[in-house]
Amino acid sequence: MNWLMAIVQTGLFVILAPLLTGWIKWCKCRLQNRRAPSLLQPYRDLWKLTHKQPVVAEQASWLFIITPYVIFSAMILAASTVPLIAVDLPTSASADVIVLVGFFALARFFQALAGLDIGTAFGGMGSSREMTISSLAEPAMLMAVFTLTMAASTTNLSFAIGFVLDQGIVLRPSFVFALFALILIAIAETGRIPVDNPATHLELTMIHEAMILEYSGRHLALIEWASEVKLMLYGVLIANIFFPWGIAQQFTWSALGDALLSIVAKLMLLALFLALSETLFAKMRLFRVQEYLSFAYLLGLLGLLSHIILEVSR
Amino acid sequence: MEILQLDFYTQAVLSLAALIGLTSFLMLGQGRLLRLVFVFALQGLLLTLATGLAAYTLDNQHLYISAALTLALKVIFIPWLLRRHVLRMNMHRDVEALHNKTAVMLGGASLMIFSYYVLLPVISNTTTMMVNALAVSLSVVLLGMLLMISHRQAIAHVVGFMSIENGLFFAAIVSTRGMPMVVELGIAFDVLVAAVLFGIFFMHISKSIDTLDVDMLNRLNEVDR
Amino acid sequence: MILALAYSAVMLSFLSGLLALSMRQRKMLSRLWQYILGKYPNVPQAWRQNLNDSLTEQLYPMRLQQLVFLLLGISGLLALLAGLSVLLAQNSITDQINIGLPWLHWHVRFDGLSGLFFAIIGIAVIAVSLYGPGYVKNNDEQQHPFAVLGLFSGLFVAGMLLVLLADDAFFFMIAWELMSVTSYFLVAFQHEHSANRRAAFLYLIMAEVGAIAIILGFGVLAGYSEDFSFTFTAMRAAQLSPTWATIAFLLALLGFGMKAGLVPIHVWLPEAHPVAPSHISALMSGVMLKVAVYGLIRFTYDLLGDVQWQWGLVVLVVGAVSSVLGVLYALMQHNLKRLLAYHSVENIGIIFIGLGLSLIFISNGHEHIGVVALIAALFHTLNHALFKSLLFLGAGSILQQTHETDIEHMGGLIRNMPKTSVLFLIGCMAISALPPLNGFVSEWLTFQAALQADVLESGVLRSLIPVSAAALTLAAALAAACFVKVYGTIFLGLPRSRHCAKAQEVEGKGMPAGMGLLAGLCFILGIFPGFVIHLLNNVSGQLLGKTLSNDAVAGWIWLAPVSMHQASYAAPFVLLAIVLAGGVSFWYLRRDPAMALRHAEPWDCGFGGLTPRMQYTSTAFSMPIRRIFAKVWHIEEKIDIEKQGAMDQQVTDIHYQLHVDDVSWLRIYPPIERTVNRTARVVGRIQTGNIRVYLADSFATLIFLLWVIS
Repeated sequence: MNWLMAIVQTGLFVILAPLLTGWIKWCKCRLQNRRAPSLLQPYRDLWKLTHKQPVVAEQASWLFIITPYVIFSAMILAASTVPLIAVDLPTSASADVIVLVGFFALARFFQALAGLDIGTAFGGMGSSREMTISSLAEPAMLMAVFTLTMAASTTNLSFAIGFVLDQGIVLRPSFVFALFALILIAIAETGRIPVDNPATHLELTMIHEAMILEYSGRHLALIEWASEVKLMLYGVLIANIFFPWGIAQQFTWSALGDALLSIVAKLMLLALFLALSETLFAKMRLFRVQEYLSFAYLLGLLGLLSHIILEVSR
Repeated sequence: MEILQLDFYTQAVLSLAALIGLTSFLMLGQGRLLRLVFVFALQGLLLTLATGLAAYTLDNQHLYISAALTLALKVIFIPWLLRRHVLRMNMHRDVEALHNKTAVMLGGASLMIFSYYVLLPVISNTTTMMVNALAVSLSVVLLGMLLMISHRQAIAHVVGFMSIENGLFFAAIVSTRGMPMVVELGIAFDVLVAAVLFGIFFMHISKSIDTLDVDMLNRLNEVDR
Repeated sequence: MILALAYSAVMLSFLSGLLALSMRQRKMLSRLWQYILGKYPNVPQAWRQNLNDSLTEQLYPMRLQQLVFLLLGISGLLALLAGLSVLLAQNSITDQINIGLPWLHWHVRFDGLSGLFFAIIGIAVIAVSLYGPGYVKNNDEQQHPFAVLGLFSGLFVAGMLLVLLADDAFFFMIAWELMSVTSYFLVAFQHEHSANRRAAFLYLIMAEVGAIAIILGFGVLAGYSEDFSFTFTAMRAAQLSPTWATIAFLLALLGFGMKAGLVPIHVWLPEAHPVAPSHISALMSGVMLKVAVYGLIRFTYDLLGDVQWQWGLVVLVVGAVSSVLGVLYALMQHNLKRLLAYHSVENIGIIFIGLGLSLIFISNGHEHIGVVALIAALFHTLNHALFKSLLFLGAGSILQQTHETDIEHMGGLIRNMPKTSVLFLIGCMAISALPPLNGFVSEWLTFQAALQADVLESGVLRSLIPVSAAALTLAAALAAACFVKVYGTIFLGLPRSRHCAKAQEVEGKGMPAGMGLLAGLCFILGIFPGFVIHLLNNVSGQLLGKTLSNDAVAGWIWLAPVSMHQASYAAPFVLLAIVLAGGVSFWYLRRDPAMALRHAEPWDCGFGGLTPRMQYTSTAFSMPIRRIFAKVWHIEEKIDIEKQGAMDQQVTDIHYQLHVDDVSWLRIYPPIERTVNRTARVVGRIQTGNIRVYLADSFATLIFLLWVIS
């Protein structure tokens, strides 16, 4: 039963991810006074891409071909460890939050290699920038994670969420910092404005898009889907760690239904904020990203310090 | 004692303490003067909230007065004054290139650890959790000094000075639950006078040497090199 | 029995060295063979034929090389067996060898810790011996005689093994010097370049300075022990005052740290490791540095005993600095072997972070977490030996096939060297700490130990440990960036030089087999870390008297160092799920034959024809990082633009020069050099050259000493 539940939850994750992207696009369009595409447009795109013959460059190696599958399976794996509607599932014990970061690193490693495989200037540019940004983002992410895990004294996401649920509403200064740090990192890691622009194809601005420029057909579909899952992963992490109320702690139909409704509501709200911030802010120069990320790191560090200084007395 | 067992008031004050610490860091890394002044006003606002909260919980009438004073002086008057100076002297477009921004920030973080380390004997001797926030107030004071050291514009120095005062004020609220009314009024008046005096000085300095960069004040040295 | 295995491992490596000496003695050997044949005519025909063949002029060098490496390989196998059996038996065996001075026998002790490092050396030596024959085959015998290489390789391995067996300071130092001096000759093997000679000399100087520090450290311990026998047993019993213990610890840290390559005493490492032959670089970087780690662990945990938390803090900070600076320096390199050598600095830093954490936790009375950290450090030691040897062997294959060391001239090798590219990719993934490979497991364990910082009393430690853990993350993430750069520039894209375009896969089975062994182990240890952790738990049980809690070791699927409730990791599930998800999507999406791949030219912005020069180079790849962390290096960048035409509008030529230097060279060593020179000048005044002055000096010394005695 538990295993079935875990598989269902992972499936939900993967299936709902394009819907979240569609919702963000819809919000952004409405905010910018444009006519919005249907919420289901990402699904249609994926469908179209999987039914096209993929074209690869002549000099592409086997690495280029397997990369989309590696990225996609790493993201599915990551999705299986993050509690979406229920905690205490067996899959979430197989990998804690540090392993989650490891899955992201695995996907990124292959993506960056695939960017270099063809030997075009764009791919190299994208890979170089992606690896630079991620290597600055990871310490900041760890700082935020440390703050959480020190309070909950576990790195297992299920138990951490359970901890937050058990103690009820507490004003923890460290959590405030960790929340902001994690939001900043999530924006950087999922390639949103102001770090990267998912909608652009200008060589000066693109990072993620530059790496996958040579992909087409089902390969592109897998990569796009994986990045939609990643966006949703970060959203669920933020929503469920800091505002876990509503998540199911026992497997009854009503609890699960409530959990589904609450997570949908939380994600819709978060996505609305994301769309709003993407409408309000402009993309940064590449070398401003380091300041942005070191600010995220500073937030994480301050969260940790405020946990040590303010919340524990010995 | 864990944070779970505390009442809501203490939790709120601790969170405010953390946010006040954050504003100090924001000021430290800020190169633009107008934003610096804005963050300073934000810090004042947080301080006002903390004072108001203390007044409400302790049911202490005169703390309301100091909250109102803080609001009037540190959130409205002084920022307005500084903003006017910045605009009048056309400095709002200057971006101060901070050397070693990362080093300054990391230095600030270590100052925070240091002030915790220094105050540890005091903190561990008391039973009230609130005293933990003393470490934050001390680090706000130290960060204010670091702000004055690392920035070159005279206006940044004034902001640094005022934030030192903020740190002291916050320490007074968390540790003794408010100072005597006379002292508070005196300090508020002092701050006001200081702000006005600084304003006058700015005018004179900028009229005579055409800049507010304190590094340029070296030129006033009378010793022949 | 176990000890006999260990001894025979040492003896065989000696033998392989001696055998290599007979490289030029073919005529004598064949005469000897004829003599034997004459004496015993009934030697079987097959043997006779075989040996006769081997002694012909064409075959003799190759056969001898194979035999030398075979002996070395058997020695490695025996070392591995000895190590594993002592680890499983969980006992310590002591012995005395009556060599040396009559009243100073060599004391031998073989316990779990030595056994672990024996096993590490064994694995690396096996892989190198599989790889070696293919690698040295095309060696120029006149310029680089194999006799020298084989002799010193054998002695080098023997020296490393003896260090691990030593149970008294004299034996230890003799073995240590054997290791250092023979490796000096290996570094200086390709001595026709002056740069190599210089690197070897630098290495020798630093090795000797380190050795002096180690001797002084032993001296402090011996001074406090009961008798002056210099045995480790006596040193263990010694009761040191905290100050002297700290002094001894710092001396040991300096001495062993110099060998291990901690920043800022790492400068010999990136000079010396790249210039040795690649399979020797693999041994030096993969194994010799580990012997230094062994020395520090033995000295601190075993001989000194009562650790202090300040030591842990020093080790932690030094480790964090080494790991971040090591990887940052590595990112700027474009000589492949130099880059790998700098990565050794990084990984040694990671090992030291683990050791520092364990010292801090143990001295604060949280032994169960100290054990986790120690196991993490030991596990990373093993892992680094595996993947770094693998990468150096891969670099050797590339060097052999392309004759290039500069990665800026490589590219596209994934198509020419398919086997090497797969194995090298596994090495890159392991060193970048990606799940589900082994590098990730040890770093995960280090993080788990660091995450327990909350149990400590001191607020300063509690806040410093997460910061150092963040440094570890930074190092790991930058390492991933670096290896994307390395793999991308060497194997992917278009070839940047003719050598690379024409490169072939390595011949024979030996070289891929050596690398494949290491790659397979990287993979298996990543998936099933439980077995190794069980072994390491034994080491920690012997060393500290503390082991992990039972449920942490019990499962072979789950890895939960502290408790299931705090953190767990199940690598087999991860692998299974990746294979399942990837496989299903692969199968499902490719089921339609009409949707087969179509090959086409890549997009070239419409300007016609991609050339290799349009690709990102390794310098370009690391440019953003160079700009962000600019203060770490000493960078000289020069751009010359030549213009002509009306108003100087037309650019005809652009020259770009970039020089990135290790800052520690410029900041630390010149002052030391100046001080030494100044002191030397002062001392030099005594050397007047007049014999009567020397006599007067001796006279004054004599008078002074007489006065002291009275």
